[in-house]
Amino acid sequence: MRNYDTIVADLAPRKFGRRGIIWISILSLLIVLGIIAYVDQVIQGQKVTNMNDYSLWGIYISNFVFFVATSFVGSATVAILRLTKNEWRTPLVRIAEIITLACIIMAGITITIDMARPDRVMYLFIHARLQSPITWDIIIIPTFIVISLLLLYFPLLPDFAVLKKYYAESKPRLSKLYGRLSLKWTGNSEQKALHIKSIRVLSILILMAGVLLQTIDAWLFSTTYRIGWDSSAFAPYFISGAFVAGIGALVTVIYVVRRTRKLENYITEYHFDKMGKLLALACIIYLFFNINEYVVPFFTAKKGEDAHLHSLLVGNYAFLFWLVTVVGLVLPVILLFFKKGRKPFSMFLIGMIVVIGSWWKRYIIITPTLQEPILPIQGVPESWHSYFPSMHEWVITVATLAMALLIITLLIRFLPAVPIQRTADEEEVASIQLKQIPS
Amino acid sequence: MEENSKKSRRKFLDRGLKIGVAGVLGGIGLSKLSAKFSSDEKASTGETMELMTTDGTIVEVDTSEVMEVSHDHHYSMDYNVREGIPNRKFVMVVDLAKCKNALKCQTSCNKNHYITGDNAWIKVYKMQESPDTAPYWMPTTCQHCDKPACVTVCPVDATFKREDGLVLIDNERCIGCRFCMAACPYSTRVFNWGDPGQEVTLNLDLTDYEPTPEYAGKPSKMGTVDKCDFCPHMVKQGELPHCVTACPNGVFYFGDKYEDTVTNGEETVRLSKLLKDKAGYRLLESLGTEPSVYYLPPVDRLVEFEDGLEFYKEFESVEKPTEE
Repeated sequence: MRNYDTIVADLAPRKFGRRGIIWISILSLLIVLGIIAYVDQVIQGQKVTNMNDYSLWGIYISNFVFFVATSFVGSATVAILRLTKNEWRTPLVRIAEIITLACIIMAGITITIDMARPDRVMYLFIHARLQSPITWDIIIIPTFIVISLLLLYFPLLPDFAVLKKYYAESKPRLSKLYGRLSLKWTGNSEQKALHIKSIRVLSILILMAGVLLQTIDAWLFSTTYRIGWDSSAFAPYFISGAFVAGIGALVTVIYVVRRTRKLENYITEYHFDKMGKLLALACIIYLFFNINEYVVPFFTAKKGEDAHLHSLLVGNYAFLFWLVTVVGLVLPVILLFFKKGRKPFSMFLIGMIVVIGSWWKRYIIITPTLQEPILPIQGVPESWHSYFPSMHEWVITVATLAMALLIITLLIRFLPAVPIQRTADEEEVASIQLKQIPS
Repeated sequence: MEENSKKSRRKFLDRGLKIGVAGVLGGIGLSKLSAKFSSDEKASTGETMELMTTDGTIVEVDTSEVMEVSHDHHYSMDYNVREGIPNRKFVMVVDLAKCKNALKCQTSCNKNHYITGDNAWIKVYKMQESPDTAPYWMPTTCQHCDKPACVTVCPVDATFKREDGLVLIDNERCIGCRFCMAACPYSTRVFNWGDPGQEVTLNLDLTDYEPTPEYAGKPSKMGTVDKCDFCPHMVKQGELPHCVTACPNGVFYFGDKYEDTVTNGEETVRLSKLLKDKAGYRLLESLGTEPSVYYLPPVDRLVEFEDGLEFYKEFESVEKPTEE
C-alpha cells in the first residue's frame, strides 16, 4: 500500500519537461496560424473557404459537431459511472471532465467561426427567436459550459486543499492560489455531506444537459428537408455517436497522461480493460444506429435518397464512408473483443483511430447531403458540384483542434489529473475497510 | 366577421353578402361593417336597399348596415415593411408550356438586382422526370411559401414572412449562419461569400439611397443571404416584377390571390380559372410549404424544347462582364 505522502507527491501537478514545452510551442504556433487565417477570413469574407451556395456548410460545422460530440464524455463517463457507482472510474473522471470543458468551449468558438457576420453575434441574444434550433443551441451550450465547469471544479475542492498544504513551503504563492481555490475546504463532515450532494446534483444535470446538447445538435440537421438529415432517429444517432467520440478521446488522452506523468500505478491495465469494454459497447450501439440510418432507407428510398445512398456506398464518398465505418467503427469493436486489444498501448491506437474516424464521420454526415438538393444543381460553376475544404478552412480547423489540446494540456499541468484525496481515501478504505467518500 | 354572434346579423350574412359588398355604393369594407356591428347595436331602420355583389347577385340590405367608405383604388403604401401591403396576397403563375429557356427573365433579374455572384436568383432548370417523359424548361423564383422553412429556422428574425405573402430578408439583421439556405427545399437562396462589389463592377450609385428589404440586392451585403424578393419595389409603382415584363413568351403571370387575378403583361386572367383549367400545381406540394408560385404543366406546348438548348448553360447563370 502506498502511503499518503507518496500519493500526493505522485499526483500533484508538475512542471513541463522539455517535451512538454515543445508540445505547447507547436500548439501555440498552430493557433497563431489559425488566428491569422481567421482574421483574413473576416476581412475578405468566407469566399476564402471552399463553401458555396450548395455546400453551404463545411468543415467548420462538422468540426463543431465533432467538438459537441466529444464533450459528451463528461456525461457519458463521469455522470453515468458515478451514478451507477462504478468504482474504477476514480483515476479517469478528472481527465474526462477536463476534455468535456475544453471541447464544449471549442464548440462555442467553432460555431462562431462559421458565422459570416461575427460582428452581429449579439443579435443572437437581442433578436433571438425561440423557434429556431440555433437559439436552442445558444441556450444549451453556455448552460453546458457552466455545468461542466462546476463539475470539474467541485470535486477539485479537497485536492486544492491538499495542494495548498503540499506547496506551503516549496511554493508559497502557488499554495496561496490553491488555498483560495479550495474555498476553505477542511474536509469536515458537514462540508463532505454538502460536497457529495452537490456533485450528485451536478452529475444528474450534466447527464441531462449532455443528452439535450446532442439532441439539439442533431435537430439542427433533422429539422430541415434535406435528404440524409431529415431523419427521426437523428437524436439517438448523435447521442450514440457522441458516446464513441467521447470515450475514444478519453482513452487517448489518458494514455498520454499516464505515460508522461508516469502514473502506471494509478491508471492500471485494469482501467484500460474496463474502458475498452465500454468503448466496444459504445461502438456497437453506434453501429446499430448506423445500420438504421443507411440500411433501412434502402427499402423505401425515394429517388433523391437513392442518389444520396449511392454517393455514400459506391459513389464519390464511398472511400471515406467505408474507411470511417469499417476502420473507425467495425475494426475497433473486433479488436476490443480480445483481451490483448484492451491493453494500454493498443487501446491508445484504437482510441486514436476512433477519434479520427469520429471527426471524418461528421464530415460524411454533413457534406454529401448538401450535394443532393431536391432540385438539381444547375447554372452554377462546375466547382460547386463538390466540396473540399480550402487552406483557410484547414488552418483554422487545425487551430481549433490545437486550442482544445492546449486547454486540456494546461488544465492537466495545473490541476491534479488524478483526484488525490479520493485516491488516498480509497487506499485507506482498501486497508482499513471504512466507508468511502465519493469525490 | 365570425365574432359577430348576433343571430339576425348572421342571417343577413347568409343571404349572400360575403366578400366585398363594396362595388356599387363606393365600396363597403366588410371589416368596417363588422366593426360597426360589434360597436353599434342599434335596431334596424326597417328601410332596405338593393346592392349588387361583385359576382352580380342582387341582395337586399337594411340601410343601417350600409355605410360609405372611401373608394380606395390605390392600396395604402403607408405600411410596415415587415408586415407588408395590407389586404394583398401576391402570387405568381409560371406556364411551363410557354417557356423555351430564352433566359430574358434571368438577364433582367440579374441586371435589376445588381447580381454580381455566380448564382442567379431566378433559374431555368432543364428538367426531365424520367427517360421516357418529355423534357421541359422550368423557371424558378423564390416560392414565397406560406409556411416558409427558412423563416422557421432563422435565429434572429432576419428573414420574415409578410401578410401580403412575401418572404423577404433584412440584410442589416442577417448573421450569415446559412441555416435558411439549408432549410429551403427549393435551393433558392444565394449567399454573398465575399464583398459583392456592386459599386465597382456595376457602377451602382447608392448616394442618398435608403436600403430596404423590399429591394433585395440594392445593395447586397457581404456575409448575408439574398434571394428573389418578388419585386415589391416594382409593385409599389404599379409595375410588374422584372422577370414578368422581360419574358418574351408571357410565361410569368403575377397578381393578387385576393383579387383572383394574374397578368403576364399581355393578358389578365382569373387565377382560380387558370389553375383549374390548366391543372396548376405547386413545386414539392407534398412538403407542405404552401408556395405562392403555381406552375402550369408543359402540355399543348407553344414552343419546342430543343429551341432552348441553344441558350442552356450548365455552369453559368450570371453573365460576367466580358474582359477586354
